[in-house]
Amino acid sequence: MTTAVSARLSSPLARRLGGCLFLALVTAVVTGPDGSNVHPLDGVKNSLLNTRVFGFLVFGLLLFAVTSLSGRTKPIGLTQVRTRLSQAVGQRGTRPTGYLLLLAIAVLVPLQLSPAAQGSLFLDVGIYALLALGLNVVVGYAGLLDLGYIAFYAIGAYTTAYFTSSVINGKVVYPLPVHSPLLLNPFFVFPIAVLIASVAGIILGGPTLRLRGDYLAIVTLGFGEIVQILARNSDPLTNGSRGAFGVPPLSLHIGGFSYTWGQDALPYYYLLLGIVVVVMIAFSRLERSRIGRALAAIREDEVAAEASGVQTLRYKLLAFAIGASTSGFAGVLYATRQFFNPETFSLQASILVLTIVIFGGMGNIFGAVLGAVVLQGLAYILRDPIPLIGFKVPDADRFVYFGAVIMIMMVFRPQGLVPSRRRKREITMSEQGMGSADSLGSGEVSA
Amino acid sequence: MSTVLEVKNVTLRFGGLVSLDNVSMSVTRGAISAVIGPNGAGKTSLFNCLTGAYRPQEGQVLFTASDDRQSQLVGKTPHKITALGVARTFQNIRLFPALTALENVQIGVESRQRSGALAAMLRLPSNRRDDRDSVAESVRLLDFVGLRHRVHEISASLPYGDQRRLEIARALGTKPSLLLLDEPAAGTNPAEKRELEGLIRRVADTGVSVLLIEHDMRLVMSVASAVTVLNFGKVIASGPPEAVQRDPAVVEAYLGAAQDEGTGT
Amino acid sequence: MSFVDQFWQLTVTGLLVGAIYAVIALGYTLVYGVLQLINFAHSEVFMLGAFGGLFAVRALLPSGNINALLSVLLVLAGLAFGAASGGLAAFALERTAYRPLRRRGAPRLAYLISAIGASLFASNLAGKEFGRDSVNLPKDLFTYNTEVFSVFGARVSSQDLVVFLVALAMLLILDRVVSGTQLGRGIRAVAQDADTASLMGVNVERVIVRTFVIGGLLAGAGGFLYAMKFNASFTMGFIPGVKAFTAAVLGGIGNVRGAVLGGLVLGLVENYGQFFLGADYTDVVAFMVLVLILLVRPSGLLGERLGRAA
Repeated sequence: MTTAVSARLSSPLARRLGGCLFLALVTAVVTGPDGSNVHPLDGVKNSLLNTRVFGFLVFGLLLFAVTSLSGRTKPIGLTQVRTRLSQAVGQRGTRPTGYLLLLAIAVLVPLQLSPAAQGSLFLDVGIYALLALGLNVVVGYAGLLDLGYIAFYAIGAYTTAYFTSSVINGKVVYPLPVHSPLLLNPFFVFPIAVLIASVAGIILGGPTLRLRGDYLAIVTLGFGEIVQILARNSDPLTNGSRGAFGVPPLSLHIGGFSYTWGQDALPYYYLLLGIVVVVMIAFSRLERSRIGRALAAIREDEVAAEASGVQTLRYKLLAFAIGASTSGFAGVLYATRQFFNPETFSLQASILVLTIVIFGGMGNIFGAVLGAVVLQGLAYILRDPIPLIGFKVPDADRFVYFGAVIMIMMVFRPQGLVPSRRRKREITMSEQGMGSADSLGSGEVSA
Repeated sequence: MSTVLEVKNVTLRFGGLVSLDNVSMSVTRGAISAVIGPNGAGKTSLFNCLTGAYRPQEGQVLFTASDDRQSQLVGKTPHKITALGVARTFQNIRLFPALTALENVQIGVESRQRSGALAAMLRLPSNRRDDRDSVAESVRLLDFVGLRHRVHEISASLPYGDQRRLEIARALGTKPSLLLLDEPAAGTNPAEKRELEGLIRRVADTGVSVLLIEHDMRLVMSVASAVTVLNFGKVIASGPPEAVQRDPAVVEAYLGAAQDEGTGT
Repeated sequence: MSFVDQFWQLTVTGLLVGAIYAVIALGYTLVYGVLQLINFAHSEVFMLGAFGGLFAVRALLPSGNINALLSVLLVLAGLAFGAASGGLAAFALERTAYRPLRRRGAPRLAYLISAIGASLFASNLAGKEFGRDSVNLPKDLFTYNTEVFSVFGARVSSQDLVVFLVALAMLLILDRVVSGTQLGRGIRAVAQDADTASLMGVNVERVIVRTFVIGGLLAGAGGFLYAMKFNASFTMGFIPGVKAFTAAVLGGIGNVRGAVLGGLVLGLVENYGQFFLGADYTDVVAFMVLVLILLVRPSGLLGERLGRAA
């Protein structure tokens, strides 16, 4: 009897049904009411022992029906992979009109938004898109994992605070207890911050990248934490948890021309849009250059890359430093717009950037930007209940969803929403046992 | 006749196991040489010592570049060795599977280029020139190995024999003065083997010295002008192929074993 | 007070915290042994174990006075529920974040990322379900929480003693399991060479699941011990998690006895360091140890490999 049941349960169809229903119940709990530490199980109870659970079960059944009907039960063979790949290669080509259309949307849509939404568009979408573009060089191009990415962002922000001052109500305000003897316009801090961030990246990555690839993940995790702890506890340098107040907004003075980015979020947004476009062009060129190819080679087969004369360590370090400097750059931009304190640079922020890159599609610059737009846009929209169904995501719960997004992507669509063609090919091939798709050292995870 | 590679008293041990025991040999510049030996004789260990994968406890590996500068290969990283002018292929083909044939060769060619990340992002003239040169050189090499028609195909989708030749093209891309081939005939059919033979000869004709590590006796005897025979980590014979073939020690140690395995002629 | 005066007290606390790190570190080391992957979600297994044990004790706590016997029974119940919660969480983790990827033969990066997602999901869901404030063990559980004895002037409370002895017992049991049972042999075989182990008839899938569960049982019980000494909160996993990982690397990742040694050493170093740098920098000390050990001796104090040294 038991064997019969377990035999039935192990059939692929039954397993899928179980998976779908499980997913539905988890969704019911995640979207359900909160619990509390006095009644820890109430949240789960009220989520499941409620009529709403039937809605979720129906959703689970629908999911099962859809996934079963699409008929992707049979794993595809190697020859099929090969033919598909050969077919896929021919379809290259850029569509300038498509790009222009996207740019037009990015320029025009914000004009229709409320000031609050415009502010969020700069801080939550734009800055994170820029951060994601940088992390994409590390995760997507180099196939490494950086969990302390936001530390470089902190370095950028604190560097800005160190080098600037502002005049508020006739009094000179220094953002930090210590300040540079030479005070600068924030625009001049960009190169300094980029330099400092990349040097920090090289100091951190240099020794670590010699080790097994996954150690970089944990070392960067520790680094991110150290930077935050130091910022929090070094009051005489960083103001501690009170943070840095008084970084001037960006301003430009060329000859007789003078412009200051003020309270309004839109000018900041357009500046950022320009920067994002430039960075996208620069990074897509990087990917198509000899450096991008060398990084691809390292991802796919590090031993063969070494043997072909590729200085693998140097290229990984280069990618890591490019990511770090992008993060530092974004930190400057952020500091000139928004008050910050050590809590701004939490591990969650690092992981949010990672989520955006994963969701959008590792190795694809459009993916990084789209990931920021979709995830951060949804987070913004879902602050308020959706009309009719009344569903909303409180700020505090947001990372439950981000965590789920990461897992779901890794299980069902590791190449992301807008996959990079090369990356997708690599993932498919490494799953077929050819080459690898990251730089975390050779060797398969035991089957 | 100058030598391009001189192996002097190389000894490699793993724990108590002696994999290479005082091995010495030399490779003549411009010639095709070969190392043969039965399975487990130490061929691959020797190969790994030459390419930087293993570091022998004793002995020297001296490489003389085309500009007559001599360098010690022991203790150098693989990419340094490649940069000095020693390129290699792998016994179990290691291409970059998701890259096209062209891109695979470009990786090798571009290891000699120096334009940096900033040049690439700004598309500076140095980067454009590097790009143009790399494509031109890679296409030339693909043509040279007979893969002109495969330029834009994904390397993993190529037939086996083509993958072997692509690997040789990638190695040639690094502008080596010595090309090390690790069992290039493994797994190829007779027709592919003949083509390979021709290709190896053509490589040598361009002035690149070739060192084959091979199991396949027929191939070695027909292309190599000097053969070194390893057995149990020791050199048991060396010289021209005809002489080696007649050497009683070789006949006993290697040819007998090879015939047992059925991999001979 | 000088360092010399404080030395023994710091040592006692260091060993105590170190023993808990060791218990968690075993989970990292075991999973690393069989999969060669850092299990980033292990810290949440620890967190869920803490909550499981804590809530169980609270539910079982009778009103009225608690005598010593009852106190011991409640602690044992907490440990059991903590371990069970941890084991269950680890099982669920393996099923949802690892197995689907293994079925597909996904690249290593995918596992790391998937585990990070699972960690984010679990900790924040715990925050949603269990509230976001830290929770303490019922106060009257340890009315016997008095000084039992002192070592060279360092006070050791009954609670400390319980935490330390339980941790020690778990470490000993695990060591026996890995070196003396069939499951242990399976784990070691998979750690050395999964393909060969599979050819030799070891059910690799099953070994992996059980490795996760064993690590989860330990981490869950460890979580309860930690909550007993400090408190529990949905974010509690992260810092001890990284420290336990540091302990595992310090001892030599994949090496069971190394993890124990690493945990104890880290606990001591961290406590001594804290004396000189201040409590704010305790965590910095641990991260510095991690970075230093990776730079100086990446294979750890006792060397890597589960198969050899276990």
